[in-house]
Amino acid sequence: MHPVCILLVLLSCFSVVSSGTSAPYHGIEKYAEEYPLPKLPYDYDGLEPQIDRATVKVHHTGHHAAYTTNMNAALKEWKNDDTSDSLSRSSLLRILQNLQDIPVQYRTKLRNNVGGYVNHALYWGCLSGNQGNRTPTGTVAADINTVFGSFSAFREKFTAEAASLFGSGYVWLSRQSSTSATAKPPLVITTSQNQDTPISEGLRPVLVIDVWEHAYYLKHQNLRAKHIGDWWALVDWEAVNVLDGWWAKMDVKVHEDL
Amino acid sequence: MLASRLFTVARAFPKHAALGCLVPRLKHTLPDLCYDFNALEPVISAEIMKLHYTKHHATYVNNLNITEDKMADALKNGDINTTISLQPALKFNGGGHLNHTIFWTNLSPSGGGEPTGDLMTAIRDDFGSFENFKKELSATTIAIQGSGWGWLGFNPVNGMLKVTTCANQDPLEPTTGLVPLLGIDVWEHAYYLQYKNVRPDYVKEIWNIINWENVTERFAKARMEKLQ
Repeated sequence: MHPVCILLVLLSCFSVVSSGTSAPYHGIEKYAEEYPLPKLPYDYDGLEPQIDRATVKVHHTGHHAAYTTNMNAALKEWKNDDTSDSLSRSSLLRILQNLQDIPVQYRTKLRNNVGGYVNHALYWGCLSGNQGNRTPTGTVAADINTVFGSFSAFREKFTAEAASLFGSGYVWLSRQSSTSATAKPPLVITTSQNQDTPISEGLRPVLVIDVWEHAYYLKHQNLRAKHIGDWWALVDWEAVNVLDGWWAKMDVKVHEDL
Repeated sequence: MLASRLFTVARAFPKHAALGCLVPRLKHTLPDLCYDFNALEPVISAEIMKLHYTKHHATYVNNLNITEDKMADALKNGDINTTISLQPALKFNGGGHLNHTIFWTNLSPSGGGEPTGDLMTAIRDDFGSFENFKKELSATTIAIQGSGWGWLGFNPVNGMLKVTTCANQDPLEPTTGLVPLLGIDVWEHAYYLQYKNVRPDYVKEIWNIINWENVTERFAKARMEKLQ
């Protein structure tokens, strides 16, 4: 085969691999009249045996879908109420980053439902079946070692936070805001209650576990620790690196928007 | 009844009042349930009742005891940092124990219907009608974000009834000053195995097992304490 043809074939393979199927969080960075329930990157039984089909189905079509519906309704109400308000016509990311600027009568509803919509999109986006508890790869892996000393030290800390969170919420691994064009910002572990998100604190989440009871009750009942173990086995470090790269592109866009 | 007896621990030591006293602190225990795990069916399944009581409530009790032991040590040692850092665990587990203890008494297999007497009069006075009160408590409880409880409380300052909510296991009286009369647990563990994400169905059904005798007793006691 002609070398240029080989190159073209390789390039097209690369672009297919890198763009792949749309991640569940794609679109949160753009304004839309109405947002769809994100498609899962796998079938409902695609996370078996770690997360059972019934849980994935009700989590997606029950909980995530309800946040989607309620978010769209609240956004519509807000937009109709004030045709001049530009924040109501921004992306979901922008809205989450500027909660304090939402009119008070819509703020709680949007905080909860935009949060719920985005948090679940990120949760689905970090997982895939048959990962077999692989150790992390890529830039995120290297940065985990730098900040936490080792992957096992990071995993222990993250797990402890997930196990001890009171009530409903999430545990996150995020990058702090980018200040340099070249250096990657450091990673931090944080937690959030209910549908709050570190995006509202100016962070860029690259990994998240949902520890609301609905994420695990059908299979594990009160045994949250077992859910955490199952979740580690599903973390897709390639997807985590892709999400990390996606934020880097967003940072460029955010600077362009300002 | 039988099942709950297994969880009662014999109280061997008297309660001590002074710090640094050599007599061990009284441990908290699971209260007896006045009905079998399956007694609240079909509203609340036996499976949920068993998990809720033997796992969730029991864990709050165990962790409350552990936290109080740590706190007693910290207080004895004058370790203010530790004392303060234990407070979230105390609120969470203490609140969990208080709330669930009230909850089991608020429910009964022969419950449902409407209250009568002074409690009904007070509900009509403060909400307009029983229907209004039921609608308000239901809607407010369903709307709780995340984990929490819906409450009918008694305000000891003005003698009025009030509907309110608390997040997580925050206990009603220390948090709001209201005396708890009736609580509805809407942590997902209270209903998920049966109702999944459809919390409104669970809140609708639970009215069929409300023990109005118990709520009335609590109301009468709260009113009497206000008069003193």
